[in-house]
Amino acid sequence: MAILANKDTRLLVQGMGRMGQFHAKLSIEYGTQVVGGVHPGKGGTNIEGIPCFETVEEAVEKTGANASVIFVPPPGAADAILEAVDAGLDLTACITEGIPAIDMAKAKRAMLGKKTRLVGPNCPGVVVPEQCRIGIMPAQITKPGPVGVVSRSGTLTYEAVDQLSRLGIGQSTCLGIGGDPVIGTSFVDALALFEADGETEAVVMIGEIGGSAEEEAAQFVKEHMSKPVAAFIAGQNAPKGKRMGHAGAIIAGGKGAASDKMAALEAAGVAVSKSPATIGETLAKHAGLR
Amino acid sequence: MNVHEYQAKELFREYGVAVPAGELATTPAEAEAAAKKLGTPVTVVKAQVHAGGRGKGGGVKLAKSPAEALQHASDILGMTLVTHQTGPEGKLVRKVYVEAGSDISRELYLALTLDRGTEEFAIIASTEGGMDIEEVAEKTPERIHTEFIDPNVGLCGYQIKKVARALELDPPQTKKLEKFLRGLFRMYLEKDASLVEINPLVVTVDGDLLALDGKLNFDDNALFRQPDIAELRDPDEEDERERAANEIDLAYVGLDGNVGCMVNGAGLAMATLDMIAVCGGSPANFLDAGGGADKEKVKEAFKLILRDENVKAILVNIFGGIVRCDLIAEGVVAAADELSIGVPLVVRLQGTNAAEGREILAQSGLNITAAETLGEAGERVVAAAQGA
Repeated sequence: MAILANKDTRLLVQGMGRMGQFHAKLSIEYGTQVVGGVHPGKGGTNIEGIPCFETVEEAVEKTGANASVIFVPPPGAADAILEAVDAGLDLTACITEGIPAIDMAKAKRAMLGKKTRLVGPNCPGVVVPEQCRIGIMPAQITKPGPVGVVSRSGTLTYEAVDQLSRLGIGQSTCLGIGGDPVIGTSFVDALALFEADGETEAVVMIGEIGGSAEEEAAQFVKEHMSKPVAAFIAGQNAPKGKRMGHAGAIIAGGKGAASDKMAALEAAGVAVSKSPATIGETLAKHAGLR
Repeated sequence: MNVHEYQAKELFREYGVAVPAGELATTPAEAEAAAKKLGTPVTVVKAQVHAGGRGKGGGVKLAKSPAEALQHASDILGMTLVTHQTGPEGKLVRKVYVEAGSDISRELYLALTLDRGTEEFAIIASTEGGMDIEEVAEKTPERIHTEFIDPNVGLCGYQIKKVARALELDPPQTKKLEKFLRGLFRMYLEKDASLVEINPLVVTVDGDLLALDGKLNFDDNALFRQPDIAELRDPDEEDERERAANEIDLAYVGLDGNVGCMVNGAGLAMATLDMIAVCGGSPANFLDAGGGADKEKVKEAFKLILRDENVKAILVNIFGGIVRCDLIAEGVVAAADELSIGVPLVVRLQGTNAAEGREILAQSGLNITAAETLGEAGERVVAAAQGA
């Protein structure tokens, strides 16, 4: 089962520049059905065996695509998201980093009531081990199995997945939701999907400082989750008022500190790993897996 | 990105948001001339630095004559202003803003920002102006009114009336608030602001509404389409190392420990600081080399880390997704060749082309401690820093 994608996912690449082409190729090698690309001025051409189109609408008509991954640069990225929504895709994952916040706020609001699920932006995408790779994750470190992984960070997702795989624990789906202030899929959305997924038995959640998404996730776990959840929060040693790389990772006005988030999660019955080196072990112990 | 109060007020004026008359001065003589030109019985001489709490730190003074303005300006210019936001090292004052004094009847608070929870714009208004708003929120939350604005609808007339009611304004003042808020909201959108804070917003004895202070932040992600705003950047106000990092597209934040680190990805970089702390060490910096890290960037990153004399050991922690570990390894070797890195180096490479990267390091003959897992990397670099 897995969430969001599977071996039948038919993927478009929006933005067939250098990055888009490179990762399209890796996704195809992983076994993903990359059915088309969308890039201005490249309609009608064929790049590395991938047919290209001018618009998502046309690409969907001609290929039957139901998902897309977006590599379009920041000035046009919100537009690309809305184009994917307009074309009625089930899923779009936006990898682009650096989209203006106002553009995202408008785009997110315009998506209300539409069927498309957005993952990201500023995220590594989605991997369903041995089935589908959407985005930029090093899929070779994943391994099929029962644990859902959801994270606000990119490389820290890989760290968590790697720890699980080394312990022999596989993943149902690995998902990076992105580090921006306005994102399509929240922790709560991802947790709800994992709770409903027959294949997922436990969840690893990787949060970070800033905002209150982890506190909301804790509330959701307490009220709605039957599956065990383990977590790690990055930024326990971050200074206040400094933006730590991600636009969303800032402790502002005394809010968003790691300690508050860890306490909220623990109170909700989540096993919180204090060290980033023991995320896998914490989950294994808490969920009785190994 | 932050701007100075005088720059914020210039933008306010451009959008019809009422502010007192004022002039920028960089010398005491200019301040005197400005006070003369303003011609009001009282002027206010205000230090221009990117930090709040300037009044308490002695950076804001009332002058009853141009001569007094000159005196205050000579006191303030060149002083190192320490406030709760500058840190103990304080900030050197290079400019003052000389502003016409206002006859204040009431002090209010007004802010506009993007609320992450609702993903809508939020106007935050309070009758408790001139105070620390976080304190107001804690002690008297009922005195704070928040009005959420749908990003695709914009500011509605009824919302302005609700804000006016929360601020206890009379009908003529409400009319003034309408112009004020509409201008502010238009500026926020057109200039890609991320925060406007006016504390205090004052009602004068004559019933006018004036922004007495102005804090304005802009969305760094939108600067590509805001060349005029990008021009307002004041390099003097930025941490020198952070600025240097920025110029080469690295995210760097200086900390006070002795373990330098270079990591790819913000989340993993934060987790690396946490790892060092768990192992009993103390990180010297946060450094996210980003997705485009290559040989040249790695070298620049090393230079940046080594500028901090407290650094006793360096950890390179790379989990390659987009980033290729072999390119990172080449960068480490090149940096070690050119920069004479005099501190122990611990390198952990995982993910894309990690095996090739480790091979390059092993072949280099450099004295590098390799680590396989994050835990090992943390223990080894902390041990190295403590041994040194």
